[in-house]
Amino acid sequence: MKTTVGELASHVRSKNAGPFWITIDLFFPDTDTYRRASTSPIADTATIAARYSIDPAGIRIFLLPDLAAIKISFPRPTHQGSIHDRDMHAGQQYVPLLDVEIPSGVNKQQH
Amino acid sequence: MTPSQPSTSPDAVRVLVPVGMLGGGFPPATIDRGIALGADIIAVDGGSTDSGPHYLGTATAKTARGAVARDLRNILFAAKTAGIPVVVGSCGTSGTDAGVEWVHDIAAEIAAEVGIVLEVSRIYSEQSASQLEPLLVAGRIRPLAPARPLTAETLRSCRHIVGLMGHEPIADALAGGADLVLSGRATDTALIAALPLLRGLPAGPTWHAAKIAECGGLCTTNPRTGGVLLTIDDLGFTVEPLDADSACTPTSVAAHMMYENADPFRMREPAGTLDTRDATYTAIDDRRVRVEGSRFEPADVYTIKLEGSAAVGYQTIIISGIRDPDILAHIDEWCDRIINHIDQNAPETLGLAAADYDVQIRRYGHDAVLGAAEPEADRPPREVGIVFIATATDQATATQLAKFANPFLLHAPLEGQHTLPSFAFLGSPAEIERGPIHQFVLQHAVDVTTPQELFRTVDTKVGQ
Repeated sequence: MKTTVGELASHVRSKNAGPFWITIDLFFPDTDTYRRASTSPIADTATIAARYSIDPAGIRIFLLPDLAAIKISFPRPTHQGSIHDRDMHAGQQYVPLLDVEIPSGVNKQQH
Repeated sequence: MTPSQPSTSPDAVRVLVPVGMLGGGFPPATIDRGIALGADIIAVDGGSTDSGPHYLGTATAKTARGAVARDLRNILFAAKTAGIPVVVGSCGTSGTDAGVEWVHDIAAEIAAEVGIVLEVSRIYSEQSASQLEPLLVAGRIRPLAPARPLTAETLRSCRHIVGLMGHEPIADALAGGADLVLSGRATDTALIAALPLLRGLPAGPTWHAAKIAECGGLCTTNPRTGGVLLTIDDLGFTVEPLDADSACTPTSVAAHMMYENADPFRMREPAGTLDTRDATYTAIDDRRVRVEGSRFEPADVYTIKLEGSAAVGYQTIIISGIRDPDILAHIDEWCDRIINHIDQNAPETLGLAAADYDVQIRRYGHDAVLGAAEPEADRPPREVGIVFIATATDQATATQLAKFANPFLLHAPLEGQHTLPSFAFLGSPAEIERGPIHQFVLQHAVDVTTPQELFRTVDTKVGQ
C-alpha cells in the first residue's frame, strides 16, 4: 500500500520564490488523496521544521482543495547564491519530504 | 454564474507573450498566430533573479547574445509590420543600465539588418547607493520578510542596485508612441499589464492575467511550445496557447499562481496587491480558459522593491573523485580531517586571519545537494564527486588556499591508515578560478512619491 508523499503525490516540485524564500508545491492525483494529505503530518509545520532544521514560525502552508495541492513556503535557510548555498534554483529541495508518511484515512471516519 | 465569452469588444486588449524569457526560443509561427488573433502588443521578459547574484553583481546577461538576437529578430519585424509595440522587461537578465544597453545594441543591429525604423524608449532602473542613502535616513526604505532593517553599510556594499518598476513608466513610453520599450528591472507582470492599464482596463483582471502569462507557455499543458495570448476586458480575461497542439485548462492556469510565488493567492505589486482567492477558472472550450473575479487592492503607499548584489570574495575550486569503498565508508571523517588540517595550518602558513577565508567540501553523490537535510546520509555512497571550495578576499589568496589543500585532497588517508592513497583529480591544473562571487543583500522596498521617481527614460530611434 502506498503511504508516503513520494508514492501518493502526482507531482512534487521546489523552487526559489525570490532569493530569500523557497516554495514547495505538492500536487495530488485526486480529492481523496488530497484530503488524506491535508490532514496528515505533511501539512503540519512541525514536520517541515524538523526535516529542514528551520524555525516553524517562518513556515507558511497553503491548502488548495480546488487544485488538490498543498503549498509550503519558508525563508531560505541559506540565501540564494550565497557561498554556502547548495542549490541555486532550490530545484531539488523537495526531496526530504518524499518519505513523509501520509496515514490512511480508513480508521478515521467511522460513522 | 456563467462566464462571459471572450470579449470581441474593441475595448479589449490582447497581449502576446511569446516566451517566458527572451533568448529562450519559440517557434516563429507563435508571433504570426498571435498577430492573426489580434494581438495589440508583444511583451517579453528579459530577466529574473533566478540565476543568482552574479549577473546583477557584474551587470552581465546569463542568456547567449545570439539567442536574444534570434528571438528579437522573430519579434521586431513582425511587430513593426503589424503596427504593434513591443516591450522587453528586465533587459540583460538583471535589468541594470548595462543590460538595457546590451539589448538596445542587439535591437539596433536587427533594425538595420531588416530595414525598419523603430522609436525606442529605454527606461533605466539602476539605483546608486548615494541616492538611496538619504531615503534610508528619511525612513523611506523598509525591510520585507525575512530581512532585517537596511543599513547604509549594506547599501554601499552593493556592486549594482536596481529598483523593480511597476507598469507606469512603461505605459508612459507606450503613450509617447514607442515602437519598442526596453526597460530595466521591472516586475515580471508590469510589462504585460502596461497597455491594458493604459487603456483603462481594471487592475484585478489585468494583474492576474499578467501573472498567469509571465512565464509564457508554462500555464499550458505543454510548457515547452510557444507562448500564450491574453485577452483582457472589463470583466476578466481569457488565456489561450499559441501552439495549435497545446491547451490551457482551468487546472494548468490556476496552478500557475503557485509557481515561484511564496503565497499562491496574493501577489504584491508596487501599486498594491493582487488577490485571486475569489477568482473562477472556467474552460471556454478545449484550449481556452476564462478567468473572472480577480481583485486588486491599492496600497496606501506606492513602493518600489530593491535588488542589490554585493561582492563577497573570490573563489577557487578543485574537483576530484573518490571510488575507494573504505574511504567512502568514512567520508565524513575524511572530509573533516582535511578541513581541520587547513584551519589549523593554513592561516599561519599563508599569513591569513581565520575570518579572511572560508573552505568547504561538497560531496556530490552523497549529500552535496541537501546537506544536513539529506535523509540517506548514513548510507555509504558508491562513488563521490568532491568539490573543494576556497573563498577569500582576493583571487590569489583563494588559489593559494586551494594549492595548500591540494596534497591533502590528493592523498589524505583515514586515521590509522598507513598507506598513502591517491584520488582521482579531474585534470591539470587542479585548481579552477571562479572569479568574484556575489550575494543578494537587499530585500527592501522604497516608499516613493510617484511611480516614476526612481526611473529615467531616454527616447531615441534605431534603424534607417
